[in-house]
This record gives sequence, C-alpha cells and structure tokens, in this order.
Amino acid sequence: MRPFFRRAMISGAVAGIAVVHLALVGLIVKLDDRDLIANVFSIGTVIPFLAALAAGFRSATPMRIGALVRPGVTTALASGALAGVSAGAIVGGVTWLIDAVNPRDVLVNASPQLVQVLHWGLTAGTGTLLLVIGGLLVGALGAGIAILPPPIRRAVLVGMAVVLGLALMQTFVTQILTGLGIKAVNDFFFARDGMQPLGAAVAFVVSALADYGWRSRGDQVRARYSGLPPVQRGSIWLSGIGIGLFVLLSLPLFVGSFLATALDTVGIYILLGLGLNIVVGFAGLLDLGYVAFYAVGAYSVAVLTSPSSPAFAPQLSFWIAVPVVMLITAVIGLTIGTPVLRLRGDYLAIVTLGFGEIARIIFLSDWMTPYLGGAQGILQVPAPNFLGIDLRQPERLYYPILLACIVAAAAAISLASSRVGRAWTAMREDESVAEATGINTTKYKLLAFSLGATFGGLAGALYAVRIGSVFPQDLNIIVSINVLALIILGGIGSIPGVIVGAIVLVGLPELLREFSEFRLLVYGIVLVAMMLLRPEGILPNRSRRAELHEADQDTDDDDRWKQESGTETAEPAII
Amino acid sequence: MATETDTARARAAPADDAVLRADKVTIRFGGLVANRDIDFVIPPRSIVSLIGPNGAGKTTFFNQLTGMLQPTSGAIYLDGHPTIGLSPHQIVELGIGRTFQNIRLFNEMTVLANVMVGRHVRMGASWIGSLLRLPQVRHEEEITTQRALELLDLVGLDRGYEGEWARNLPYGYQRRLEIARALASDPKLLLLDEPTAGMNPGETADMTRLIGELRDKLNLSILLIEHDMKVVMGVSERITVLDYGEKIAEGSPEEIRTNPRVIEAYLGKQADAS
Repeated sequence: MRPFFRRAMISGAVAGIAVVHLALVGLIVKLDDRDLIANVFSIGTVIPFLAALAAGFRSATPMRIGALVRPGVTTALASGALAGVSAGAIVGGVTWLIDAVNPRDVLVNASPQLVQVLHWGLTAGTGTLLLVIGGLLVGALGAGIAILPPPIRRAVLVGMAVVLGLALMQTFVTQILTGLGIKAVNDFFFARDGMQPLGAAVAFVVSALADYGWRSRGDQVRARYSGLPPVQRGSIWLSGIGIGLFVLLSLPLFVGSFLATALDTVGIYILLGLGLNIVVGFAGLLDLGYVAFYAVGAYSVAVLTSPSSPAFAPQLSFWIAVPVVMLITAVIGLTIGTPVLRLRGDYLAIVTLGFGEIARIIFLSDWMTPYLGGAQGILQVPAPNFLGIDLRQPERLYYPILLACIVAAAAAISLASSRVGRAWTAMREDESVAEATGINTTKYKLLAFSLGATFGGLAGALYAVRIGSVFPQDLNIIVSINVLALIILGGIGSIPGVIVGAIVLVGLPELLREFSEFRLLVYGIVLVAMMLLRPEGILPNRSRRAELHEADQDTDDDDRWKQESGTETAEPAII
Repeated sequence: MATETDTARARAAPADDAVLRADKVTIRFGGLVANRDIDFVIPPRSIVSLIGPNGAGKTTFFNQLTGMLQPTSGAIYLDGHPTIGLSPHQIVELGIGRTFQNIRLFNEMTVLANVMVGRHVRMGASWIGSLLRLPQVRHEEEITTQRALELLDLVGLDRGYEGEWARNLPYGYQRRLEIARALASDPKLLLLDEPTAGMNPGETADMTRLIGELRDKLNLSILLIEHDMKVVMGVSERITVLDYGEKIAEGSPEEIRTNPRVIEAYLGKQADAS
C-alpha cells in the first residue's frame, strides 16, 4: 500500500507542477478562450482537473514491487484521491500565492486573469478549496477509470479524447459540416463557442460505444471477412478504396480555402516523409540534410518555369519541368550519396547535416546570386495549368499534390515488399552481413539516396508552386528536423505512419494557429511522451514494434507462438 | 574486368577440379602475422574441416575466403576464378555461402525473408521492375518464396516458423536458419563457422547429420571450422590444422588424430605437461 501512496503523491506533484508550468507560460489563459461545454466551462479551466484525472489514473495502474502488483479497489481509489489532492493543492497553492503577492513583474503570465480562470471566477478562498476538493474527486475518478476492465476503460478514454478533440477543432469541424450542407448536425453538437452539453454527451457515448463495439466484435468481423471467398473479399477491398478515394477527391469541395491550404502543406510533408522514410526507415541511413533535396527541387522548378528567373528562364510548363526536376534531384542524390557511402550511423548524420546547410548557403551566396537571386529568391513561379484550368488556388493545387502522394506511397509500398526492400532491410539490420549475403550495399545505398532525393525534389517543386516563389530562408534545417520527427512519430519504416505523422505534426499546428506561440512546447511534450509511452511510433510496422517491445514480450514468449499475426496485440503499458 | 580475369586464370596454373584453392595466403595486421603461407585445397563434394586452438587464425582465414578481409599476399581461386580483390557480394555470386560463429541473422525480418535475402544474388528484379510490380517480378517472388520454403524444410525448420521473427527462434533453429540463408544463394562451397557451438549433445548430433545430408543432396563442398572433435572426426574427409597462423598438419581424420604436432598444439609439449 505504501508504495502506491508514495507513487500517487509523486504523480500528483508532477501533474500539479505541469499545470503550474502551463499556466505560467500562458497556455491556460489562452485555452480559456475556447469553451469545452458552451457557457459552462472552458478548456483552460478544466486543465487542472484533467491533470488530476491523469495523475489519479496513473496512480491506480499496476506497479512493479518485486512482481507486478495490481492495487485493490480501496487502495486504488485512495491513491487516486491522494494524487488528485496533491495536484489540486499545488495548483491551488500557487494560484493563491499569485493572487496574494502579484508576481507579474517577474512572471508576466501570472495575471489576475489567470487566477480568475483557475478559480473559476470564485473568490480566492472558495477557488482554492474548489481546486483541492475537485482534485480529490477527479483523482479518485481517474483511479476508478484505471481499474475498470480494460475494454471499458479504453472506451471511456476514447470518448473523453473525442470530446476534447472536437472542442479543440470546433472551427474546422463546423466549417466541414457547413460545407457539407448539414448545418443541423453542427448545431446539435456545437454552440457558437464550445459544445452543446447534450451534443458532448452524445459524442462521448457514441465514440465510447463504437470503440467498445470494435474491440469486442472486431475480431469476429475480421474473421468473417477473411472467411469470405476471395472474389467477395476483393470487391469489399475495392469498394473500401473507392470510398477512400471519393472522400479524398471531394475534400477540397467543402473544406474551404484555409483548410485546403493546410491539406496542401500536409500533402507536401507526406511526400517528404515518404522520401526520407526510404532513406532512414528502409535503408537505415540517418540523413539530417534532407532539406537539400527539397531546396534543389524548389529552385529547379522556379528556374525552369518562372519568367523572373535571373539568368536562365526557359519558362517551361510545370508538367515538363517536374520530370526534369526529379531527374536533377536524383543526380544530386547520387552526388551527395557517393562521398558519404563509407560513413555509418552518427558520422553519416553529421555529414548529411553539413550538406543540408551547404545547400542553403550556396543558394544564399553571392556566387549564385546572379543565377538564383540570392536572398531575394525567385518570384513569380507560375501555377501549373491543367487543360486551361489554373491550379493556383489551394483547393485545386490539392489534386496534383494528392496524385504525387498516392504515386509515391504506392511506389514505396511496392519497393518495401520486393527484392529491393528486403535488401534495404537487411542492410539496415547489419551492413556487413548483408554484404556477405550477396547484397551490393554500395548500390543499394545510392539507390535509397537518389530515390529519397527524387521524392524530396518533387515535394520541393510542389512547395515552390504553392508559395509562388522560392526563398533560401525557408529551406532551412527545421524542415529536415520536422520531416524526421514526423517519421519517428508515425513509426519509422511505416507508410501509414508517415501519413499520420504528417497530419499530427504538420496538420494540427496549421489548424491550431492561434496557439502557434506554444507550438514548440507542445512539439516537445508530444515527442517526449511518445518516446516514453510508444517508442515505435503511432502506426509502426510490425518489426519495429517487435524490436522495441522485446522486454515486454519476454514474459509471454510461449504465448507468442500461438498468436497469429492478425490478432490483437497487448496494449502498451502506461508506466 | 574480363581481361583481368583471363590473365589471372592463366596464372592459376595447375588445371585441377578443386572447388577452392588457396596459394600461400598470408595476412598481416601490423606486425602480427595472422595467417602465414597457407596452401589449401577443397576437392568437389567433400567435407573439409579447419581446426586449431583458439586464436590460431581459422576465422581470419574464413574471412579472406569470403572477401571480408583481403590477404596481404597469396591467391585464392574459386572454381578457377581468382577472388582476390572482389567484394564479399561478388564472391557470394561466384558461389561461396557462409554462416557466422556468433549467429548473425537479420533479427527484425521474418524467417522466410531471411532466406529470401539469401537468394538475392540469384534474383534479377531491378528497382524499376519492383516498383512497377511487373509480372515477371511477381513470378520471381513466388518462385523464390517456394524455394525458400524448400530450403527451410531441408535444414529441418518446421513449417509454421516461416512467418516468425528470426530473433524469436530457439537457438538451434537460428543456426539452421543461418544455414538455409547461406544455401539460398546456391553456393558451390558452404563455409560453416562453428555450427555446433553452444549446442547440447543431441542438437550436435542432429547438426552433424544435417551437414552430411547437405553435401549429399545439394552436391556442394563444405568447409567447417569446429571445436567439437566428435563432429570433426565424424563428418570430415580431410582436416587441416592451424596453429599460430600456420598450417601444421593436413590429412584424413586418422592421420590427424595421431599426428604428434597436432597433439602438441592442443595439449602442449610432454615436458610442460609433466
């Protein structure tokens, strides 16, 4: 029992300190602008209680005391309450302190407004009491959720996540629903600001039930599906693809121009991710200078198509320029790949990092200014024209980007399961054994580099067209890091992972522009949390998962022999 | 390249049918001579063993045969083709397959994929073909899968393991899988580096039987590094003994068993022993 209480106090303290931190950087006041439930409470005001809930949940999970010990109901609830009280007391105490001494000269965000948000607009005493007692109750609630049977627990968590997500994304969901012409649905779920109480409850129940249903019946559905004759299975599969394609193709028609811009950006990053995934995920070559290819692609298309290219302006059509650009980047990939062939691991990473910077500096240099415009860049990159339709608008440019993504994803999938993909995987696993097994590692490294470069170049070309100009300042190392981060987040080597990673890491920040000052903070939190909880990424490919969860599997090694590939794998432990 | 090969072949003076011939192979690491003037021949369809105390230079010699190390001087011919200067993957293509002393599988790949990687040099799919999934590429994949399954059968890996991660296989099966991977390239010569290391007597007996079977069924030659004298004496037709990087004896198991220099190398001089 004592270890549980100790852990509960620590969890609560961590949660409390985290909330204080978020408050002092200003995020809580900012989040107060968005209502979770319209006119009842804002997202900002519930954050301390969400933290208490998480701490309570955490403190009722099984704990390793010699063996893995599951807490009894009383212990769990008591630990949860303790964790919640600790969190609430810390937040309440700090709020009370801020209210009493006004430290605004030092801590600019410790404003009266913050106090008001945290105290729910009540007086100092009642507000603090509310935080402490509320923390206690919510902490116990969190513990209660944690000791529910796993499928129900999961369903509850999914329901909560959906409600929170809907509230955060309200403007966009509204836009989409209005665009689809079903404003009534929108009005059921949302008020002008925040969710309708009834809508929120329905969203919670429906998503929780949907998750529970899929968890309990999913296997049966899958079994029935794989029991069908191949022809029928094929047609189900095809209709699935058809529906997916239809949704993808019709998206720009109702999402509006702002969302379409975000979609375009996500698409370009998916393309970059797919390219870098070949190099890093498939072949295992850590390339930190990937932006170089992106830059070369962007500049090549600008030079080839823009009338204001300084020295050489053939003004080709976009469709002719693109193959040329891909060829150029493939050659650049080979050129950069050759000297670094002998380097492995860290050394390769450092050298490619250097190449990325060299590319940017060359584009900026006086030497290249007569040809590439130096810091002024190249303007007036024309939009592609398809059968007389100008594709400048983001809603239209979406289509060539979508096409490029589909082609790139299909190419990556084909390669992954082929002789070439196996050679890459073998090389990533053990380069000298791969060589001793008959793989020409030099050739396959260069192939990975130049294919990755080609995808990057294509992404760069689309980027230049989307912006309508190219500046060296935009093509910096942050792009390389973002692309690498999205691959890691999604799951290295996994193609669905790249797509999810791009949506989470590039799409969400585009949508949550109003919080853009907190972007890097959230980035950091997300990445650290991922590395702790799910190091293999959101949608890992099978092997990566096996590698990183080796320790967990030791215990159930015998069961693994019977486990079929399709059946559900254990949930990652929240420890 | 062609002319280079031709002149080198001309140098391979005696026209014999040896699968592998090593002439005066010497390798130095700085001042240390790890192999000195080793002459070595493997006749077709034979099982030859290389033995010697720890540090005698056996694995070093192996690594020169497979191109992982380059000899300081001397020459090596596989079926009359000189292999000096070739990279390991080219030597695999010429027909040498190998396993490693400490098992080195591709752990994150399935059992089947491990064997299919071994087949790499005998496949023709280009990256363009793979990307477009051309019919002949898909056909080749099917044939390769079939071939890989046959090889798994041959080395005695039960059906049902092929989709498992290589890392999850029991130790003895990992050894077998490594052999299947080496066999997938259709080698003329199979090099086994301590195939029974770490095995219990039952597993060792199985492995010994397997080595004999492989030679009979696949018509290849096998070169074995092994410490277990029961295995060596039971399975080999010829034995070569290395000590301090030099060849000190060569002959049939009977000859080696009674050779005084070999006994000395393994047990030390009589005088020291008493």
